[in-house]
Amino acid sequence: MLRVEVTKQLGEFALEAAFESEGRVTGLFGASGSGKTSLVNMIAGLVRPDHGTIVLDGETLDDTKRGLHVPTYRRRIGYVFQDARLFPHLDVLHNLDYGRRMNRLEEDTAQRKRVTDLLDIGHLLDRRPGKLSGGERQRVALGRALLAKPRLLLLDEPLGALDEGRRAEILPYLVRLRDEARIPMVYVSHDAAEMRQLATQIVLLRQGRVTSFGGVKVLSSMPTQ
Amino acid sequence: MLDITPTEWTAILLSLRVAAVATLVATPLGVALAWLLARRQFWGKSLLDAAIHLPLVLPPVVTGYLLLLSFGRRGLVGAFFADHLGVVFAFRWTGAALACGVMSFPLLVRPIRLSIEAVDQRLEQAAETLGAAPWWVFLTVTLPLSLPGVLAGMVLGFAKAIGEFGATITFVSNIPGETQTISSAIYSLIQTPDGDVAALRLVVVSVVMAVAALIGAEWFARRATQRLHGN
Repeated sequence: MLRVEVTKQLGEFALEAAFESEGRVTGLFGASGSGKTSLVNMIAGLVRPDHGTIVLDGETLDDTKRGLHVPTYRRRIGYVFQDARLFPHLDVLHNLDYGRRMNRLEEDTAQRKRVTDLLDIGHLLDRRPGKLSGGERQRVALGRALLAKPRLLLLDEPLGALDEGRRAEILPYLVRLRDEARIPMVYVSHDAAEMRQLATQIVLLRQGRVTSFGGVKVLSSMPTQ
Repeated sequence: MLDITPTEWTAILLSLRVAAVATLVATPLGVALAWLLARRQFWGKSLLDAAIHLPLVLPPVVTGYLLLLSFGRRGLVGAFFADHLGVVFAFRWTGAALACGVMSFPLLVRPIRLSIEAVDQRLEQAAETLGAAPWWVFLTVTLPLSLPGVLAGMVLGFAKAIGEFGATITFVSNIPGETQTISSAIYSLIQTPDGDVAALRLVVVSVVMAVAALIGAEWFARRATQRLHGN
């Protein structure tokens, strides 16, 4: 369970968000500039809130009153960025293995096989990120985050940098991930169709504030884009 | 003409040793300072930056004399090193290495700093979300990605160290077999009647070494860039 209650001043922009999620996939939905990425960065620990608390599965990750801030690398929260951010100097195998090594986890070839099968990236293991297509890169980024065995997976518009065709290529993997990986996810998007397919719970953000919260049906109250 | 005498060989080998030791000792320190300057904001940052660049703009004689005052036997730092670590700099080849290290330091730091600045910080963030503590982020992402710059800095620093003259001769003098590098050997030969041919030999040697260093730097940088950028 994830509980977030934070405020953050970013120049002119004030972010003031509170929500609590139990769902398997919490969709953070809002137009660009509504503060989605800042919110996700705070959950990841990359940005510190000005005020407030972030609690994951009973563990307090941020509590500004107590001056508590668990650094990103100790949070065990996976993050899939819009721009993949694969390490260019490592091949796919070592990108996938990075989180396991940094967290000093035992080598788990069965798990790696499951993840590479799930994402169809088994044939790419010896390639460098420079030789991958956009869709392949994003699938490797997903696998890399999963193999670090996170407690929560943040996906910040993982399809945002891809064209229509590629999106259709990745979306089924995300659905499989939701149904098979058993890791709670926070999925950020401004695409209502994507949200309907993936999210089990929606947090609606508008200009830095949560305007509604609930099941996928809150999307229907939104003007279609 | 290229019949190099034992004395000249001594000077050549000493130059190589002095420059190699200077570069190897200066590199870790240079990488650390380059990282600080590239990635951290702190009080006195521009002062530190100026101090690193000082040997580039001060007359080498001044740098050498300051080294003599501080690292000489009676200098504050020199006495400490001699008494506690058993390392003497004054009039020893170690002093020549120190002088070369200080003089080449700005040239070593600059390319490293630039290449660290060029490393995409979003990759460092990604590493953090995968569980890498700051030190590991540096070792596994920042350092490998800035390797071309580190190599370029090392080669540049090495080349500068081989050619260093003013600070070295001021600090540790010109003792054959101990502190007489190629540069000071050439200087001595020019002062000697009939030394021209020998001086020219050493000139040829130093030109060859400098060109080799430049070609080597270029080759290293290109190879490393290729390896790092995913091809």
